[in-house]
Amino acid sequence: MIDPTLIPDPDGVTDEEIRRLRWQCRRGMLELDHLLLPFLDRSEGYRALDPARRAEFVALLGEQDQDLSNWFMSRRVPEDPRFHHLIQHILAVVAADRS
Amino acid sequence: MSIPTRHFDALIIGAGGAGLNAALQLAGAETSVAVVSKVFPTRSHTVAAQGGVNAALANVLPDNWHWHMFDTVKGSDYLGDQDAIEFMCREAIPTVYELEHAGVPFSRLDNGKIYQRAFGGQSQDFGGDQAARTCAAADRTGHAILHTLYQQNIRAKTHFFDEYFALDLVRDKEGTICGALVLEIETGEPLLIEAKATLLATGGCGQVFRTTSNAHINTGDGCAMTLRAGIPLMDMEFYQFHPTGIAGKGLLITEGVRGEGGFLVNQDGERFMERYAPRAKDLASRDVVARSIVTEVKEGRGAGEHADYVLLKLDHLGADVIDKRLPGIRESSRIFAGADPVREPIPVFPTAHYQMGGIPTDRFGRVVMPARYGSEEVIAGLYAAGECACASVHGANRLGGNSLLDILVFGRLAGKDIIDYVRANPHRRETDPASLEQAMARLTRWEYTGDGVPAHQLKAEFRKCMEDHAGVFRTEEVMAEGYGKLCELRERFKDARLADQSKVFNTARIEALELENLIDVGLAIAVSALNRKESRGAHSRPDYPLRDDVNWMKHSLYYRDGDRMDYKPVRTKPLTVESFPPKERVY
Repeated sequence: MIDPTLIPDPDGVTDEEIRRLRWQCRRGMLELDHLLLPFLDRSEGYRALDPARRAEFVALLGEQDQDLSNWFMSRRVPEDPRFHHLIQHILAVVAADRS
Repeated sequence: MSIPTRHFDALIIGAGGAGLNAALQLAGAETSVAVVSKVFPTRSHTVAAQGGVNAALANVLPDNWHWHMFDTVKGSDYLGDQDAIEFMCREAIPTVYELEHAGVPFSRLDNGKIYQRAFGGQSQDFGGDQAARTCAAADRTGHAILHTLYQQNIRAKTHFFDEYFALDLVRDKEGTICGALVLEIETGEPLLIEAKATLLATGGCGQVFRTTSNAHINTGDGCAMTLRAGIPLMDMEFYQFHPTGIAGKGLLITEGVRGEGGFLVNQDGERFMERYAPRAKDLASRDVVARSIVTEVKEGRGAGEHADYVLLKLDHLGADVIDKRLPGIRESSRIFAGADPVREPIPVFPTAHYQMGGIPTDRFGRVVMPARYGSEEVIAGLYAAGECACASVHGANRLGGNSLLDILVFGRLAGKDIIDYVRANPHRRETDPASLEQAMARLTRWEYTGDGVPAHQLKAEFRKCMEDHAGVFRTEEVMAEGYGKLCELRERFKDARLADQSKVFNTARIEALELENLIDVGLAIAVSALNRKESRGAHSRPDYPLRDDVNWMKHSLYYRDGDRMDYKPVRTKPLTVESFPPKERVY
């Protein structure tokens, strides 16, 4: 369910890219809103990723809410190791922002 | 005005459990149906419902729909309509079986039947022993239901308008509602969808409060559209708060934490519940615990830098008990509060959870309002189902396991009724240009630039005001002051401006449109609460602490025009059985 219009621009993060992704970060579960939206907004979050990892984030947004919740809350581990690293990175960025 | 237009037999706004179940009935009957959803359908808030669906299947313990009905009437504090409640409890059984056949993977007993778990408020034999009535698909019931319904709709060729935001209902020259003006979020372009029948299934409005367990999408869009169409909202003062949400985030911390021996303390480390409820202490009823927390904060004994929350201590339980009996609590607290409850207390504050009131409907999902010949005249072609609607089956308070049931039963029945309505009214209705222009004005106002307060600045102020003045602490003084502030915010919003004038995925504009909806629905809650001078169910007033059946056993109706209140009687006569007369609620 990856939207081709969401493939990141290799030359840098554009405002339109952020706006498109912001809507994809709106989810059915509040805990996901509280993790994905701050990650998109923080300077050390999405904007600091290289294009390959930004593409991973876009792919992650294509996953189901229930799976994302299970991964973030450590109830399950994603089969794709790239997602596992990204999930840990998002948690770290959002936690750092809180402190 | 030239706006692209599409035509369908039925338009459904909202793609959660209610909208998708209605759509499935319609698509199966070869009725052309469009579903408009502001987010991808499987990202609707139904996905977050983990509890389950009540139905008296009697698979685990003896049960029947009449006992379920008794529990629901009692739980509603006698404000629920008993005909609608009887109907829902009877229909629960075929609804669950239909979902099972559609592919929802309900948890099973060894004998192959659907497993049912016990929940609070469920009884056998009209208030006797505990019943076991809730059907669940492990801990992912909402997800399983939403995905099954979505996949079945795709198979049935339902037409989805994903990531379209509904702006307002539109009418024909005779005043009959004939669809809605929607906005394609990607392009920023409007689209008119004309339909013979329109169903609002837009979910709850928890975002009106600063602290809520609802996702960001729950902004009361359908309720606000209804108000702007001149139709009242019913029983909006009845809003369910959970006493312990993670402070500043809203995520629920289960009552099981206090059940296992966790307790609340203020900034001085005092177990303050001992003062408010000397016997039950931390296990007092939800409204007492919630109001006690707010009182501590109001009186300056809150914890943290801004003294705006209290602390839930459970470190004395030990890591083993916490991990084994309270799974997920540690993770939630660590991630969202930065506190590991094995060592540190969790900062908590009451969190807005569920809207009992909404768009008034009959038991077929048809929207009704007072008119020339009675208090419940059907509005032709307009339907509502799910949390945005009020049938009314929850009355003043909702039982666990009845919310998924509500959306499924009334979504299904609304779908079936629309099929009959469309067959009886096969002609297309054309939108009155004046109505379309009015709907378009909601959009074009954001093109004005110049002086004005940025829209997003008002949002935090509004939600805080709702929490402080229309939340769990409801005295005349607090609410009257709040009403004044909310009116002022509503005025200031008229001059709100947007800096971002882009079209493609202009999420700031969507959020401004949502804020307008929040303000309309928030006022409905605040005014309805200010006017109800009694305590009933979730509406708890220290200055009127008792339920008053003589003067207040009636439904509230709030009209946006002039913030006017009206009332109508509760339907106390069930369809086939004897009424349950009001009694004191004792659990």
